[in-house]
Amino acid sequence: MSAAPETVGRDEPHHGRNFAIIWAVATAIMVPVSIWVIGPHIPPGSLTDDTRAQHALDVALTALSMPVLMLVWVYLAYAVINFRSDPASETIVDGPPIRGNSRIQATWLIVSAVVVIGLAAYGTVDLLTENGAGGGQGSNPLAKPSDAKSALQVQVIGQQWLWTFRYPGYGGVETAQLMLPVNREIEFHVTSLDVVHSFWAIELGVKADAVPGADNIAYVKIFRKGSFQVRCDELCGLWHGHMNTTGHIVSGAKFDSWIHATATKYAAVTKTLPKYSLTYYPTPTRNG
Amino acid sequence: MRVRLLAVVATFAALIALVAVYVVYFLESGPPAVAAVINRDGSANLTLQVVGAYGQHPFPDWVSYLVKDPSGKWRHTTIWKLPAHTLVHVTIYQFDTQTGLRNNFLAEIRGTVGGVADYTDVGDAGKGSGLANYDNTPLSVLPPAEPAHTFTVPDLDLSVPLVGVSATANNICSASPCAMSYAHNTIAFSFRTPGAGTYRWQCFVPCALGFLYGFGGPMQTIGYMDGLLEVA
Repeated sequence: MSAAPETVGRDEPHHGRNFAIIWAVATAIMVPVSIWVIGPHIPPGSLTDDTRAQHALDVALTALSMPVLMLVWVYLAYAVINFRSDPASETIVDGPPIRGNSRIQATWLIVSAVVVIGLAAYGTVDLLTENGAGGGQGSNPLAKPSDAKSALQVQVIGQQWLWTFRYPGYGGVETAQLMLPVNREIEFHVTSLDVVHSFWAIELGVKADAVPGADNIAYVKIFRKGSFQVRCDELCGLWHGHMNTTGHIVSGAKFDSWIHATATKYAAVTKTLPKYSLTYYPTPTRNG
Repeated sequence: MRVRLLAVVATFAALIALVAVYVVYFLESGPPAVAAVINRDGSANLTLQVVGAYGQHPFPDWVSYLVKDPSGKWRHTTIWKLPAHTLVHVTIYQFDTQTGLRNNFLAEIRGTVGGVADYTDVGDAGKGSGLANYDNTPLSVLPPAEPAHTFTVPDLDLSVPLVGVSATANNICSASPCAMSYAHNTIAFSFRTPGAGTYRWQCFVPCALGFLYGFGGPMQTIGYMDGLLEVA
């Protein structure tokens, strides 16, 4: 008959139960805090349908991360307070070895699997429903908004180091100014004249790679008037950091007025533009 | 123990010093800034030339801008000092051959006084089929195949395409600074500077011979086809 293993701290409080209670309380506090206090401040805001979906996903991820975050922080704090070494003791006494705990392992695996698969499902649904997640969907989008046929087409052209925008519905006029109407579906066709750029309209929640010879489509519907920043998000050379502009969202009437004035203003140069095409290639190259 | 500690500290200090020397060298190694000439009426003159090949160390075959300093000497720098809220008269002597625009949107002259620039062929710069001849001709749009370069300041919405010399011209300049006897085009325009600030400018024609899509080397190097306007 073997002797019972020596245990340490037999008179200690029930740490597992105490820790679980503290963790549950902290989680119960922090999940609502993350949703209703921190959540409203999480980018990218609610200017468009894309940003609303992205914001909801960001808040959901933040809330879901709280139990894990609390698990780590509470455990750390609990361990620092309760398991710190005794200054009066000259030796460090370790606890008994733990050799497997099927209940903890099963719980851990099941919870992890549910969280990961749940998030994957959430993300996939978000990508495929309504108008996608604001990213470029290539030339044949899987997720099209219901009002895609009436969408305003805007071609975004990247080149080293300038963004320009063509409006094929208005004679193919090209401008360096990006003006969009509120409450109308926008269909961006993103392409490049030279190297790979990335069209990032931050407050619109749109980011699409601009690739020469490729047509990358992204949809967005904007709900409020205002302005937004456009940046290049693909390192593209010397002035990459300067490849930005400010876009404006205006009423439908003001947009109509602006686009007709712009078409008139640029009529002479519009005649020299190549016929509107969904893609372009880097021509000419240096010939002399 | 003390010796080891001293060795570690000394090595660390030496590494920090090396990094500091490199950073100072990097910051100091850029091209100098050259001021525009100020006229009696308060306006400023900025005189530039664009050459197909710089002709000197370290990149003799790179296309480049040069600027005339107040003493009348051509200087190889693309950082130019301009007074704020001032009318600037720009004269560009363009000696390089034509390449054509990649984006015809830049064929239009923008941001200049009157929305035009004056173009003049000098020598047999305009020789060749299909090329227009310019004699102090004000243009608001240049045919997109004709530019050799552009002078564009995106933040100021200022852009002027620079007509190229015909590739069949007899006396094409091959190294800077180019004398006015070589075939060239003279492009003149004026613009008004904004408030104080630093504004980048660049050429938008893919004119870098031998680089991917014509946009490497001199097109990515301040001192050649990119630069800064230091407005103060």
